[in-house]
Amino acid sequence: MKKFSVKTIVAIGIGAALFFVLGRFVSIPSPVPNTTINLQYGLLAFMSVVYGPVAGALIGLIGHALIDFSWGWGIWWSWVIASAVYGALVGLSAKVFKMQENELGKKGLIKFNIAQVVGHIICWGVVAPVLDIVIYSEPLEKLFAQGLFAGISNAVTTAIVGTLLCIAYAAAKPKAGSLTKE
Amino acid sequence: MTNLFNYIERSSPIHRMTGAAKLACLLLWSFAAMSGFHTLLLAALTVAAVVLFRISRIRVKDISFMLGFTFTFMIVNNLLIYLISPEHGVSIYGSRTVLLELFGPYVITAEQLFYHLNVALKYTCTIPIVLLFICTTDPSEFAASLNRIGVSYRISYAVALALRYIPDVQRAYTEIANAQQARGVEMSKKASLIERLKNVSAILIPLILSSMERIDTISNAMELRGFGKNKKRSWYSARPFGAWDWISMAVCGALVVLSLVLTALNGSRFFNPFV
Amino acid sequence: MDKDIVISFDKFGFQYTAQAEPTLYDINLTVRKGEKVLIAGPSGCGKSTLAHCINGLIPAAYPGRIIGSLTVGGRDAVEQGLFGLSKTVGTVLQDSDGQFIGLTVAEDIAFALENDGVDTAEMHEQVKKAAALVGVEKVLSHAPHEISGGQKQRVGLAGVMVNSVDVLLFDEPLANLDPATGKQTIQFIEEIQQRTGCAVVIIEHRLEDVLWRKVDRVVVMGEGRIVYDGSPDELLCAGLLQSAGIREPLYVTALKYAGVQLTPEMHPAFLPELQLSDAQKQQVREWFESRPAPAEKAQTPVLLQTQGVDFTYDKGHHALKGIDVTVRRGEMLSIVGTNGAGKSTFSKAVCGFVRPQGGSMMLDGEDLSSLSIKERADRIGYVMQNPNQMLCKPMIFDEVAFGLRNRGIPEEEVRPRVEEALRICGLYPFRNWPVSALSYGQKKRVTIASILVLRPQLILLDEPTAGQDLAHYTEIMEFLRSLNEQGVTVVLITHDMHLMLEYTPRAVVFHDGRIIADCSAAEVLNSPEIVAAANLKETSLYHLSMLCGIDKPEAFTRCFIARDQEVRGK
Repeated sequence: MKKFSVKTIVAIGIGAALFFVLGRFVSIPSPVPNTTINLQYGLLAFMSVVYGPVAGALIGLIGHALIDFSWGWGIWWSWVIASAVYGALVGLSAKVFKMQENELGKKGLIKFNIAQVVGHIICWGVVAPVLDIVIYSEPLEKLFAQGLFAGISNAVTTAIVGTLLCIAYAAAKPKAGSLTKE
Repeated sequence: MTNLFNYIERSSPIHRMTGAAKLACLLLWSFAAMSGFHTLLLAALTVAAVVLFRISRIRVKDISFMLGFTFTFMIVNNLLIYLISPEHGVSIYGSRTVLLELFGPYVITAEQLFYHLNVALKYTCTIPIVLLFICTTDPSEFAASLNRIGVSYRISYAVALALRYIPDVQRAYTEIANAQQARGVEMSKKASLIERLKNVSAILIPLILSSMERIDTISNAMELRGFGKNKKRSWYSARPFGAWDWISMAVCGALVVLSLVLTALNGSRFFNPFV
Repeated sequence: MDKDIVISFDKFGFQYTAQAEPTLYDINLTVRKGEKVLIAGPSGCGKSTLAHCINGLIPAAYPGRIIGSLTVGGRDAVEQGLFGLSKTVGTVLQDSDGQFIGLTVAEDIAFALENDGVDTAEMHEQVKKAAALVGVEKVLSHAPHEISGGQKQRVGLAGVMVNSVDVLLFDEPLANLDPATGKQTIQFIEEIQQRTGCAVVIIEHRLEDVLWRKVDRVVVMGEGRIVYDGSPDELLCAGLLQSAGIREPLYVTALKYAGVQLTPEMHPAFLPELQLSDAQKQQVREWFESRPAPAEKAQTPVLLQTQGVDFTYDKGHHALKGIDVTVRRGEMLSIVGTNGAGKSTFSKAVCGFVRPQGGSMMLDGEDLSSLSIKERADRIGYVMQNPNQMLCKPMIFDEVAFGLRNRGIPEEEVRPRVEEALRICGLYPFRNWPVSALSYGQKKRVTIASILVLRPQLILLDEPTAGQDLAHYTEIMEFLRSLNEQGVTVVLITHDMHLMLEYTPRAVVFHDGRIIADCSAAEVLNSPEIVAAANLKETSLYHLSMLCGIDKPEAFTRCFIARDQEVRGK
């Protein structure tokens, strides 16, 4: 098996802790009653771009599993796995389309958003429902409705939170430029 | 905050089992429950789960908060299934026994009710076991347990780190959120959704970027004390397996086999009383 | 080669891969078994880089080009690698929360043993022993947030001592501790050294606090080179510290002001052994008597008044027990006390982050309790300790404008107000820069500007100079003083006794949720009872005045501060 660097391990741990705190304690109300916006997917997309697909998958897996554990409703494996797949997908596309580091200009951000939207469609439109059918035999229509809502709201969240994070991160990396006092 | 996952220290046979064995049992048990819709097996598992719960000496009032959430979740999920797909039971069991006509497409059929019973049983047979695991397992034992059941120690340690730093992240979040609210960040319903998301980013950006700065410090601290130098590592909180650990794992393994055998005998994952 | 030598740098130099210039030049340094060496110098002098070379993080975590040689424990450091070196060198990091990796104290101490694959039963034995050695055996099952900062540091020490190392390396051990705990830490390091006989290397820029106990040698660094390597006594007589950007111990400066000629024979580095002749004592007394008494400031109208503020956290911790404080317009005052004494809870109550269950708070005659967090922020500005936890916009202008834009102020009014705040903070020339291009001190000023732009009547700063060297400390504090002179009322929450003495005429001391003193900073630090109760530390000026037979230590301290400001102010 491939050995992770210690830094990646720590990034997974801290990433999962952040995912947990955002998913469990930070709730901003959404327009649909009794549901909240999942801010943690903005974080997950961002961390996957920075630390790669394996870290992304594990942050999603561990963070989501811990959230489920802390509510006590058991682990809803289908959705936990979908979170992991999401981290992996965004991380992979970041690798393939070379979004890392200082490439996050306008072009990079467009790529990032395409990747994150496609990722959400695949995860909530395909992965989660298919697993739900396999594991729980739930009706397709219900899963589709659920997936559609989750996918859209997560994509909107990621588009704003994830994009702003990427911009802030790219800006926080000092670049050798020509800054002059005015 | 220490007790995020509601570990309750008591003396019981279940507490005395090792975390690794309990984790293995939890996974096997949930797999047995997930793999089929054998109503009798699910009902038996539910009864067994409740009995185990009594043995653990965890009281209902210790977990009333979590139970509340779980049951709400279960009811909402069942309602949602019915609202969107009232004929789902019919399509599974292949017959249609109408008990009551409501309005429009909403009909109550015996098949649908039976399907809902099965869905509910799936919850009731796994939830007590999950709660049992959470309430009787010291979080310190968690990472060691994962490693014991075959997860690489590096990934297991990532889980331990997550548990370690959740309280720190939570505290940082509160402090940053306070300071940003003072600067006028609005997160209540007063602002539009897009506006709210932009505002909350003003909290998340400093939170996440300052957390990322710590990644270097922590990984240095770990490497300076030799993390990752060997192929294996031992765990301070690991305990050797005892007789009960082996017995429980064997029983749970047998449950999985039983569920698979039932599926094979039945020719389907569904026990069907309507034929 | 000498067998006693545990660390030896020979014509050593280092350049980080990402940097254009070397960080270390021509380092020659040896440390022997049982020695205690202090490495001091301002930020950026290369002292942390030197420490990273000793413990192997260089080149393992920070790649770069090494020239010359470094041996640790008689063997080449690079050959041994990070893991090899960890058997010889135990490093205790500055950030004790980052160093604390385990879920509980016991697991953290066991961490290195776990990585060695030590058998669990044996590990329990060794952890017990190490915990007993540092005195944390009673809290083995505690989580990190359940123990104090001092205990955390001891756990960190136990965690490296399980390897039975020959060298203990402390990276800024005093940075996050309150004064009394810092004092205990220094004493404790000495005890551990005497018991184990290992060499101790302390990286720290707070010279006076380390010299509270004897050190064998001080190494002063500047711009990547060693500029001094010798006895602390000679160092203090040489007058090299000022140019090296390190603060002299206060009593040494006081002696110099009094015109006393220091010589190494007087042992100036260790106050309890300082030898002063009767003539020299007379000299100090005469200097003191010749100085004019500093003028008292006239009283101004009341700005903030709290009465009987009482607050209990959900979990039952009674954090504030009837707090009465009056802050006058234009004041600059310090709030001091240990962690958990209630000073940060008090600031949270004032800002509205927590709602007290009892008491009243009035600002300029207006009741604060009816105001929201946002409304209070228009009157009281709060600046967090770590600027990185406040900055949320890539560009400086937007960062400062953030609070105004959130309040819906029209853009044509935003621009002049932001520019004004930037001018006050000396950041106007940088207004179109990204925040990331700034130094730590400048970032701090950006966060202060982003608060000032809301035109609060009072600003509250949490540990404004934590972890800063003398130059940055002076930069930040002089800036705050200039703000204060422009009429802003400033309240500082701090552990730093120098800061309190030098910059704030008045100090409010919190202890266990109550105020136990509200008087001049000099009075606080010259009262042994308050000092002991609030985990503070007497100033060395107190001891010096006792030694010289001056029975008004508090007046002596004030007179020193006044003189010091004259000297440093120009």
